[in-house]
Amino acid sequence: MIKIWSMKKNEDAAAKKKPKTSAAQIRVQKDLTELDLPSTMKTHFADPADLLNFTLTITPDEGMYKGGAFVFSFAINTNYPHDPPKVKCTQTIYHPNVDLEGNVCLNILREDWKPVLNLNSVMVGLQYLFLEPNPDDPLNKEAAAEMSRNRDQFISNVKASMRGQHLKGVQYANVLVR
Amino acid sequence: MATTSTDWPDRYYDIDQILEKPGPRTDPDFLAGDGVKEFLRTKAKILVIGAGGLGCEILANLALTGFKDIHVIDMDTIDISNLNRQFLFRPKDVGRPKAIVAAEFIMNRVPGVQVTPYYGKIQDKGDDYYLQFNLVICGLDSVEARRWMSATLVNLVDPENPESLKPLIDGGTEGFRGQARVILPTITSCYECSLDMLNKPTAFPICTIANTPRQPEHCIEWASVLEWPRIHGPDKKLDNDDPEHITWLYNLASARAKEFNIEGVTWSLTQGVVKNIIPAIASTNAIIAASCCNEAFKIATSSAAFLNNYFMLIGTDGVYSYTFEHEKRDDCPVCGGSSLDLPISSEMTVEQLIELLIERQDVQIKKPSLSSDSTQIYLQAPPDLEAATRPNLTKKVQDLVAAGGEITVTSRSLPFSLSLRISYT
Ligand SMILES: [Zn+2]
Repeated sequence: MIKIWSMKKNEDAAAKKKPKTSAAQIRVQKDLTELDLPSTMKTHFADPADLLNFTLTITPDEGMYKGGAFVFSFAINTNYPHDPPKVKCTQTIYHPNVDLEGNVCLNILREDWKPVLNLNSVMVGLQYLFLEPNPDDPLNKEAAAEMSRNRDQFISNVKASMRGQHLKGVQYANVLVR
Repeated sequence: MATTSTDWPDRYYDIDQILEKPGPRTDPDFLAGDGVKEFLRTKAKILVIGAGGLGCEILANLALTGFKDIHVIDMDTIDISNLNRQFLFRPKDVGRPKAIVAAEFIMNRVPGVQVTPYYGKIQDKGDDYYLQFNLVICGLDSVEARRWMSATLVNLVDPENPESLKPLIDGGTEGFRGQARVILPTITSCYECSLDMLNKPTAFPICTIANTPRQPEHCIEWASVLEWPRIHGPDKKLDNDDPEHITWLYNLASARAKEFNIEGVTWSLTQGVVKNIIPAIASTNAIIAASCCNEAFKIATSSAAFLNNYFMLIGTDGVYSYTFEHEKRDDCPVCGGSSLDLPISSEMTVEQLIELLIERQDVQIKKPSLSSDSTQIYLQAPPDLEAATRPNLTKKVQDLVAAGGEITVTSRSLPFSLSLRISYT
């Protein structure tokens, strides 16, 4: 066998046994404890011992979604950060980039995810969706079409949906901050 | 069991040309002759992870190179679709465990070789198991399993025990592309160090699959990503290995393809997209496996310089290969960072420990967050986790971490993390 150990002694960084905590787990701890969230975003851990599953509540303080509280579930698997976190909106909301099942169209959650991104990038990206909904990447086609066609009507639909009203046969969740 | 008595004259004629005399560039430590032959044939114990496309090739190559004590782990059973390239398997073997069938085949075909199979997961085995080998070769298609194996071998390295450092040779292929690399745990770059170099699995923008499908894959992703959870609800998870689930997706995807005039949705494409299967090319597997086994042979015998440390094969646009030294990352969560033995008073509280970490000259960590392998000790953020862990500040460290236990510290001022080995005075 090659004498690897002698190569080791030449290394200045002496080896030490490392803990058994998985890389994914440490990375999530690092991401979470270095979060720099504005007052418009809050996390909630149903089980504080489980860092891999939690919710994020976004309360936009400007834009057409101001006044609402939007809750997203985060599920992180043990292959993080190779795999992106799975994020869903837990309420039925009227938004061009969120469908009625809660799927979110945000590029860094799928096709543009990279391990150098982190939970902060995802959260900032989600908040941006409420400031600048993008009708060009629609998941809720009707909302997107309305936004392109008649912005005033769209804004009034947003307000109505946030109060929990029916729009075109869909019952939206009342998301108003109480 | 068969023994070395099955060695017939000239069995190793070719290999021995290399082992009997040093060449101009062989390692100075190389001891030509009987010693090295005996090590290879009676002492070297090698572990192969994976008995699939790469694994079949690796097992055959190792046996024919003269390794005689080979172990193999694989958690899968043989599927009919494996038979085109996993040449140790026959139609009669379909449904049987790959590791067991591969071991039987090699032992039948190459007299005197002992192959010990384990049908199960690499995670089933502990440190003692991995410590018995001289070398580990991975021929896996799962990123998760390779991350686990690499991290396990890095963690195995014990500064008091030279035998604890096990070279890891990792092979991987994707169609006409592949790579072979040598990882000397804690010395050279590990698998985790190179995580951001990996090709991303193909993912399509969710709005494209929802509204403007153009490819058969878009229709299949629509069925699996959007329709399955919508129709089945959150509790019924899609099982990629269940043919009925694949058929359900296939029917839905076909109907959608028809609606959008897209051709090419088939049952096997559906399975391929859902399982993220990249076509495996037998000859790419053969090249990469051969490279892995040559490195295993060179490392085991010191007969030639081994790969330092990353060999890349790109056969998609002509034939191109490139060998380079992938550098270890200081901020690697597995092999980077550092660790510290920290004797503390058995009376010390978590709060006092945090103050110590902030003040100690050789550490000086700003806002450290602490966890053990079983619990969060104190997290600085986000606010609700800080509040949930705050009651621990006044507890004694001893009540949360056993003597000899470890605490993982993260902080913005650390490249990645620091591990503390706690002892009590
Ligand atoms: Zn590393």
